[in-house]
Amino acid sequence: MKKSWIAFLTMVLCTVFISPGWAAHKIGFVASITGPASWLGEPQKNTALMLQEWINAAGGIKGVPIEIMIEDSKGMEADAVLATKKLIEKDHVLVVIGSSTTGESMAMVPICEGAETPMISMAAALSIVTPEDETKRMEASATPWLEVPKKQRHLIFKVAPPDASAVEKIYIYCQAKKINKVAIITVSAGFGVEGRRQLKRLAPKYGIEIVADELYGPRDTDMTVQLTKIKASPAQAVINWSVGPTQVIVTKNWNDLGMRGKIPLIQSHGFGSKSNIKLAAGAAEGVITPLGRVLYAEKVDPKNPQKEVILKYKTEYEKRYKSDVSTFGGHAYDAIMMVVDALKAVGPDKKQIRDYLETKIRNWPGTGGMYNMSPVDHTGFGADGFEMIEVVKGEWEFAK
Amino acid sequence: MGKENIRTLFILTICLGIFPFFIRGDYYLSIMIFIGINAITVMGLSLLMGYAGQISLGHAAFLGIGAYCSGVLPVKFGFSIFTAFLCGLFLSAIMAMAIAIPTLKLKGHYLAVATLGFGEIIYIIFNELLEITGGPSGLSGIPSIHFFGYSFKGGVRYFYLVWAIAILLLIFSLNVIHSRIGRALRAVHGSEIAAEAMGVNVSQFKIQVFVLSALYASVAGSLYAHFITFISPPTFGLFVSILLLMMVVIGGGVSIWGALLGAGILTILPEYLRAFKDFDILIYGIILMAILLFMPEGILKGLTVIVKWIKKK
Amino acid sequence: MTLFSQILQFLFTGLTIGSIYSMVGLGFNIIYNATTVLNLAQGEFVMFGGLIMVFLTAVLKLPLFIGFPLTVIAVTAIGALFERFAIHPLRNASLLTLIIVTIAASILFRGIAMFIWGKDPYSLPPFTPGAPVMIGGAVIMLQTFWVLGTTLAIVVLMTLFFGKTIVGKAMSACSFNPMAASLMGIHVRKMILTSFALSAGLGAVAGIVITPISLMDYDRGPMLAVKGFCAAVLGGLGVGYGAVLGGFIIGILESLTAGLVHSGFKDAVALVILLFILCFKPSGIFGSEEVSKVKKF
Repeated sequence: MKKSWIAFLTMVLCTVFISPGWAAHKIGFVASITGPASWLGEPQKNTALMLQEWINAAGGIKGVPIEIMIEDSKGMEADAVLATKKLIEKDHVLVVIGSSTTGESMAMVPICEGAETPMISMAAALSIVTPEDETKRMEASATPWLEVPKKQRHLIFKVAPPDASAVEKIYIYCQAKKINKVAIITVSAGFGVEGRRQLKRLAPKYGIEIVADELYGPRDTDMTVQLTKIKASPAQAVINWSVGPTQVIVTKNWNDLGMRGKIPLIQSHGFGSKSNIKLAAGAAEGVITPLGRVLYAEKVDPKNPQKEVILKYKTEYEKRYKSDVSTFGGHAYDAIMMVVDALKAVGPDKKQIRDYLETKIRNWPGTGGMYNMSPVDHTGFGADGFEMIEVVKGEWEFAK
Repeated sequence: MGKENIRTLFILTICLGIFPFFIRGDYYLSIMIFIGINAITVMGLSLLMGYAGQISLGHAAFLGIGAYCSGVLPVKFGFSIFTAFLCGLFLSAIMAMAIAIPTLKLKGHYLAVATLGFGEIIYIIFNELLEITGGPSGLSGIPSIHFFGYSFKGGVRYFYLVWAIAILLLIFSLNVIHSRIGRALRAVHGSEIAAEAMGVNVSQFKIQVFVLSALYASVAGSLYAHFITFISPPTFGLFVSILLLMMVVIGGGVSIWGALLGAGILTILPEYLRAFKDFDILIYGIILMAILLFMPEGILKGLTVIVKWIKKK
Repeated sequence: MTLFSQILQFLFTGLTIGSIYSMVGLGFNIIYNATTVLNLAQGEFVMFGGLIMVFLTAVLKLPLFIGFPLTVIAVTAIGALFERFAIHPLRNASLLTLIIVTIAASILFRGIAMFIWGKDPYSLPPFTPGAPVMIGGAVIMLQTFWVLGTTLAIVVLMTLFFGKTIVGKAMSACSFNPMAASLMGIHVRKMILTSFALSAGLGAVAGIVITPISLMDYDRGPMLAVKGFCAAVLGGLGVGYGAVLGGFIIGILESLTAGLVHSGFKDAVALVILLFILCFKPSGIFGSEEVSKVKKF
């Protein structure tokens, strides 16, 4: 008897929460700060903290400070869902920015839609902003690689470039180099799976034949086996699609197997961090990758409209956090600054913010590229956000 | 069933019934829904661990089977929700038997090892069968539950649905424990040799309990899928299996109420720890260790001891 | 590249990773023998080995031959502290609780590691610099020889330790029957402490030698623990050299499966082997039926 009383009183007591509220513009922010995708969430969190300081130091938005309420989704969609619900309901945020991965964002979509709160995802997949039936229509078409969406989810936007754009950039480069047989090696986790899908889907558009299709797990520590098979295949280049330490291991294995010069290694845009080059300890020489301009902001042409934004972001981020800037952190920058612009123009009104995002973000310079949102495009931009970069003497150089 | 159990059950039901009227908000309801779903799985595990004395290191796989059946069959093959749910139960039962029958004939804890392997293999299958399960990117667009036109989409409705099912299963579990079967189970846990000598078909009971616990998890998995409408393999991996184990052990493995308490605490704890940002994993680990060290029989027993001690003073 | 060279390449990869599984499995067995507890935090010792070595050599700039023993000592100390503060107080608790404690410890260790080193992976320079060696068309990194050599050395050392030294024989005695052992004057408590310390040290060695090849990050532990566990069960839980053989078998089969069948199923290999063994010979390759029945686990 006593046992059970205690059991339950404890449970009841546990559900008591307190929360104060203050007069600030509240922006919800969900990112996978810990967990398997923390290399995405950590720079995003850092960016959010930095921007909050900048904006409030400059007087906020017409005198009202912004408060970016940061929640950790730990890379799990159940946590992302709870975090979103908490932000919308308990903290009364105006907008939800997040999360870092496609899976979590997909889980968050119905909640934001149900609460009529605009959402800006920092993840890649087009399916986040495109309703199910529209995606099915595009996939069922005879030429799926030529399809563009005609409808988008009313309240949902995203800022990260879709993987398809990076793939197209790579294939264009391959065409220019007369490479028409490639091997692909991808990680069997979210990012890699999506990349692999796009690599296979877009290959026919550029006349590319995929002669080897290897996989590895996100926790694997040796890909020599897969690369050995690729080395024995007729591939003229190998494309790796992963993020985190596995990219470095693939690079090291590729180097150790002596494949440089015979089968060039092209990495995905996830390679964009100097620490990858350092960890590879020289093995990364000659690796080619499509990267967003923020990573080499100093080398970008001053006439490029993104130059000012990316240069300031890069310099300040590196100064404050003493670590390399990344394109993922840049997604957070773009999302937050869009919301800030919206707040400046229309004030704290969910519906008006949504309308602003859809109609007034035109030729908007962000870290990822020049954004052009429209009612049929809630992603804003395509392949022009990338340049093909080669690692030369440990630095990012434009690939020739 | 035991007077005190009936009393507690009654109070629990009343409190749950009026909960949504006192605490408003989808966020809190969602937490309670997660607790309910976890409670269902943990009840099954508690029967297995506390009463039959077996360890399962891969129980999240059954959660996954329930969830993926409820997800894939309607979304990709147009099954009805109820049929998909039954398929989940059926598949879980078959897989449970497939593992249990060879391993439970042996003495010792080979089931634990087998469940570890099973859990990981199921995870890999979920990951690799891209066309069917969506692979690592997950499966979205899972329909919400509707019976005869009444839709269980909203927070409050789903709360009642989950907890109604949980309470029903709780009643069932308590009945099992207090029946001949339950006594046989406890005999087995106490000493397999003695129970065998008394005529209890030990292997058969162990297998039956394992299958039952798998069914509980399947139910929970289906409820989860229809709630979040999106599922992906990591939600059913080793980490979750271990978390479920923790809920049982920390709550107080030998009692169903303890298991419920464990489910409640370990579901709420991460929400509480949100405030600690970067330190939350560290604090989580510290709290777990502290509980295990100071209350090795679980929080339920531990609190009872504290209350008794206070009463003596 | 001929099929023969490919297979040779796979074999070497398999042997390399298999060595790590072997050492983790050995660590499992040592603790299991002394206490019948499955230490699921075993992988974290490997992780600490790698990361502490990185700290000593990259930050404190200590040379390799000083950093190596210091790291092993440090991780051994962690293992001993773990036993003192978490295992010993719970010695009368149920086996399940003890296993759960090791799991909680694994979470705690990972939290600490994440706190100190962050989530980034770290690397170590190979012990001997130089280009890889070509053998039969297959490319073998120099570090691989270090890994294999170290594993061999460990196996020899452990065999000598358990077979010839008093302490080692005492530990074996504890595993057969703690009561009898203590009646013979063996200080069981000390043996248990030693087993944890020893396992931790082994884990550290594994972590140090593998980091130059596959980097090390805070989250590497659990996967290694699962596979090392499979290695131990395969070889026969409690049988020292069984884990070593088990580790190599799993490593090679994984590698061959990824190479010749399909790389997506690599991780399943260890587990399928596990289930296979359970169906046919649950006590493992070298384990004996009677012994496994008498033991608690």
